[in-house]
Amino acid sequence: MTKINAAGKTRRQIYEDRLRRRSMLVAGGSTLVVFLAVVILVPMAPGWDRVKASFFNWEVFAKTFPKLLEAFKLDVAIFLWSAPAIVLLGLLVALARDTRNPALFPLRILGAAYTDIFRGVPVVLTVYLIGFGVPGLGLPRPWNSPYIWGSLALILTYSAYVAEIFRSGIESVHKSQRAAAASLGLSDTDSMRFVILPQAIRRVVPAQMNMFIALQKDVALLSFIGPVEIFRQAGVYKSLLANFTPYVGAAVIFLAVTIPATRYADYLIARQNRERS
Amino acid sequence: MAKITLKAVEKRFGDNTVCDGINLEVEEGQMVCLIGASGAGKSTLLRCVNLLEAIEDGEILLDGEDISLPGLDPQPVRRRIGMVFQSYNLFPHMTAAENVMLAPRRVYKKSRAALRPEITELFTRFGLADRMNHYPDQLSGGQQQRVAIVRALAMKPEVMLFDEITSALDPQLVGEVLDVLCLLKDSGMTMVLATHEMGFAREAADKVCFLKDGKVVEEGAPSALFDAPHHPDTQAFLARALK
Repeated sequence: MTKINAAGKTRRQIYEDRLRRRSMLVAGGSTLVVFLAVVILVPMAPGWDRVKASFFNWEVFAKTFPKLLEAFKLDVAIFLWSAPAIVLLGLLVALARDTRNPALFPLRILGAAYTDIFRGVPVVLTVYLIGFGVPGLGLPRPWNSPYIWGSLALILTYSAYVAEIFRSGIESVHKSQRAAAASLGLSDTDSMRFVILPQAIRRVVPAQMNMFIALQKDVALLSFIGPVEIFRQAGVYKSLLANFTPYVGAAVIFLAVTIPATRYADYLIARQNRERS
Repeated sequence: MAKITLKAVEKRFGDNTVCDGINLEVEEGQMVCLIGASGAGKSTLLRCVNLLEAIEDGEILLDGEDISLPGLDPQPVRRRIGMVFQSYNLFPHMTAAENVMLAPRRVYKKSRAALRPEITELFTRFGLADRMNHYPDQLSGGQQQRVAIVRALAMKPEVMLFDEITSALDPQLVGEVLDVLCLLKDSGMTMVLATHEMGFAREAADKVCFLKDGKVVEEGAPSALFDAPHHPDTQAFLARALK
């Protein structure tokens, strides 16, 4: 029989409650000490006033932040029209690399070469090459727009990564699923479309989310080829006001998007791991 | 003419000969049970009949027609031969009903609405009427395996192959799946089973084949094979299996 004390708890529960209280006290205490040390010691460091004036100038922050937020809309827009294209192209490349049809063998080679090249070249280099290079060929308006070619550079780069993730998803679906589909008389195409792909895509959603968080950050690379998005806008203010606070403001805006998104992706991964174990 | 005829079927994986000249005849409406130790070639033989594996040599005839011809389109053949697997292999992202309707929809181009009555009838017949809209992970092993059987039947096959379909089940769930097999046999379905359920094979099979090292060592009516096995290998296997 379980012994229950006056509070209606077993010995074990009382013991665990005590442990929990103690570890919460210790954690709270040590956090407070470290936090206080940072707050007190950092401003005492030599040159802190200059750092504060240059990076954390509240006046500059308040003045530039609305405009930065405005410029960030362009980052979001570029992200929004690039992302669907990336999903589509990534999926096509993944399928091309998976094809067994001998007539489509050239497609397989192309797919492999494509992923190798665009994963192997720094994003900024691709952005320069395509974003500067193609409009430099003297195309007429609107085909010389850096928005088009800059976005294309991002699409080409990210589709290569996304394709590889899709492919790993396709390969992770157990071959018994293919056997079951085949035994029902389904064609290879139908088996891929209705049986393999839906499972594969579901499995790689968290991994793909991390890719798209990275994409949102890399949109800032387009600032090098013209579009006045947030990073470039911050640069304009930096030159104008001789102050780095606008960059900090831009970083704050990026973090406001990326941290929740990263946490959500982590949550999805954790949930998936739980389901599979 | 037999429904299925295997003539000197050979299947190798690398240097490993899994089916070593197997001859077998399955008459229309017969239930044939393949017994033998794991690795004897039972499962591989079934996968060969369903053309999931290509055979090296020999012939597999369905209604006298060679279906093992290299280069033959396997899909029309597979529609005529249903298969159920040890690990159910239901599609986890679809409900039971969607699992069952996928192949008829895609292969026979039937609409969901047109399929609904016959599918419902099948689910009801196998005691699954209230499980149609459940996902596989919401079903017990026995229910999943019955859905897998319904899924194969929905293609209206002429022959059904069962690959150790009760091996992954908890013992108390085996019965409900074996009952389904009896129901099928009564409806006149031609069936080939790879099984470890000796009691069931003895009771329900029309013919039992004992396989060892990719060869049919002995075959016959269950009463003959179980009660008076001739071959010493059969005797040894049954002595262990029926203990």
